[in-house]
Amino acid sequence: MENQKTITIMGSSQNKSAVEKAAQSVFTVCAFMAVMAVASITIYMIINGTPALFKVGVGELLLGTEWAPGAAQPSYGIFYIILTSVIGTALAVLLGVPIGVLTAVFLAELAPGRVAAVIQPAVELLAGIPSVIYGLLGVMILNPLMYRLELRLFHGSATHQFTGGANLISAVIVLAVMILPTVINISTSAIRAVPEHLRAASEALGASRIQTIFRVVLPAAGSGIITAVVLGVGRAVGEAMAISLVSGSSVNFPLPFHSVRFLTTAIVSEMGYAADTHRQVLFTIGLVLFTFIMLINISLTRILKKGEKEND
Amino acid sequence: MTNAVAADSAIAAEPKRNSLTMGKRRLSDEILKLLIYLSVFFSVLLAAGILCCVISKGISSVSWEFLTTVTSTLKGTVGIAGNIVNTLYIIVLTLLIATPIGVGSAIYLNEYARPGRLVGLIEFTTETLSGIPSIIFGLFGMVFFGNTLGLGYSILTGTLTLTLMILPLITRNTQEALKTVPDSYRCGALGMGVTRWYMIRTILLPSAMPGIITGIILAIGRIVGESAALLFTAGSGYLLPKAGMGLISKIMESGGTLTIQLYLSMSKANYEAAFGIAAVLLIIVLGINLLTKYAAGKLDVNKNG
Repeated sequence: MENQKTITIMGSSQNKSAVEKAAQSVFTVCAFMAVMAVASITIYMIINGTPALFKVGVGELLLGTEWAPGAAQPSYGIFYIILTSVIGTALAVLLGVPIGVLTAVFLAELAPGRVAAVIQPAVELLAGIPSVIYGLLGVMILNPLMYRLELRLFHGSATHQFTGGANLISAVIVLAVMILPTVINISTSAIRAVPEHLRAASEALGASRIQTIFRVVLPAAGSGIITAVVLGVGRAVGEAMAISLVSGSSVNFPLPFHSVRFLTTAIVSEMGYAADTHRQVLFTIGLVLFTFIMLINISLTRILKKGEKEND
Repeated sequence: MTNAVAADSAIAAEPKRNSLTMGKRRLSDEILKLLIYLSVFFSVLLAAGILCCVISKGISSVSWEFLTTVTSTLKGTVGIAGNIVNTLYIIVLTLLIATPIGVGSAIYLNEYARPGRLVGLIEFTTETLSGIPSIIFGLFGMVFFGNTLGLGYSILTGTLTLTLMILPLITRNTQEALKTVPDSYRCGALGMGVTRWYMIRTILLPSAMPGIITGIILAIGRIVGESAALLFTAGSGYLLPKAGMGLISKIMESGGTLTIQLYLSMSKANYEAAFGIAAVLLIIVLGINLLTKYAAGKLDVNKNG
């Protein structure tokens, strides 16, 4: 632009329009990067995840309950692993979402400015803590507590396998804590977005502050809170490093005091040394996880679209 | 709980004056209120507890030697210098690749594209990309960059994997920032006869800079905390790069970040070092949170002229 000789409002020099075109195509390519990334991740997950399905057999792999990849007669049943992820996530959401939504209610509706200014950074800190630190604290604090509880509950039991505290409950608690900041942040903005006249109308009818919040504001913020829950589910399903040492590492039916393995932790703990069919099965586990995540993403888009329509 | 009760009465005092209930207390209200305060108390206690626990347990193992040496049985030292350097390598390289692409993508979406199926597709995939768990990125990176492209366990493999992961973060923050730039800026510039690219380069990008920087800081936070995507891509090397050409060839060598080292120390039950690294990481996270606030404060284009 510096060597432009004549001032013109037409801007029609060929050189200029070439630069213009180049800029536009570069930006277009950049924008398609995300499409390409998602497409290639999908393709690679399918290419690597399906061979084991045929080799082992769909039913035997997905519905089998025995996981013994190292045995002389290896068996690759991942049903308990899938079940653990589903149940663990559901429990973590049941535990984390009420706490998160109530905290969001406080932040958005009840907290005086100065109090909110203290709580907000605390929530941001929770969101920023690396997942391995949650794992470290789970191993060092939660597991010993659980072990003590376990010793007391199963004292003298002959059938119980002691886990040293690394069990489903520990993992669920860690997951619940980890989804907390996501739920709080998204619910807070959803509640803040509820128009003021709804609150005023409700209070004018004689409803108390709390009645207004739970009968009017929260239902009005419904789609935002569902978004928060769905994102929480996504985060809990996909979390790997935090729970890989906290949940124990044997494949068991997901009962509270069992040592369990999630979809994610199965990949983390065995990918380092797995080979051949075993490795392919781990990719199938990845594919199952990926399928869950894609379902969650698609339902999320649906909810967001519906929310937009309602607002219009 | 005394604080909470004090806050409670302060809040309750206000609606009493102008509410038809005239301060009549309902049992269900009180129970719900109690639950709200318990939840808040729990959340805050959690953050404070984690902070205090990690810092108090970890700070004793953080020393100058811990930060500046590499773990070696020969010299009898335990240190994380190599991991710090690896983390820096990965942060810088990832941002170098992801920032231009992310910003370019945001510019396309905001300034060039017309709403339609194409934009819908790009926005959906960006959204999807940010929802994919890091372990999946790790698997993909290992197979695609590691095996197919033959990069093996290396810092470059880790970098390329993380690039995909933080792309949506930078795109979205830039988009938000571009949306806050008033349309009058665009009209003014275009009305004076400049081309679109010139307008973007000289008017939009400088105005959107705080938003872009916020995105970059958030991305740094994500990279520092990332572990599952790096375990099978960047590997776990902990040595310092050699001087000279070694600085460049380091890119092709395996290099574990702080989080990876923390995970490895933890699984070897070396909790002293693990808490040391955790304390370092937590201090970095706190710093990043403060920086984000500072950058977000500058976000408002109108305020800063």
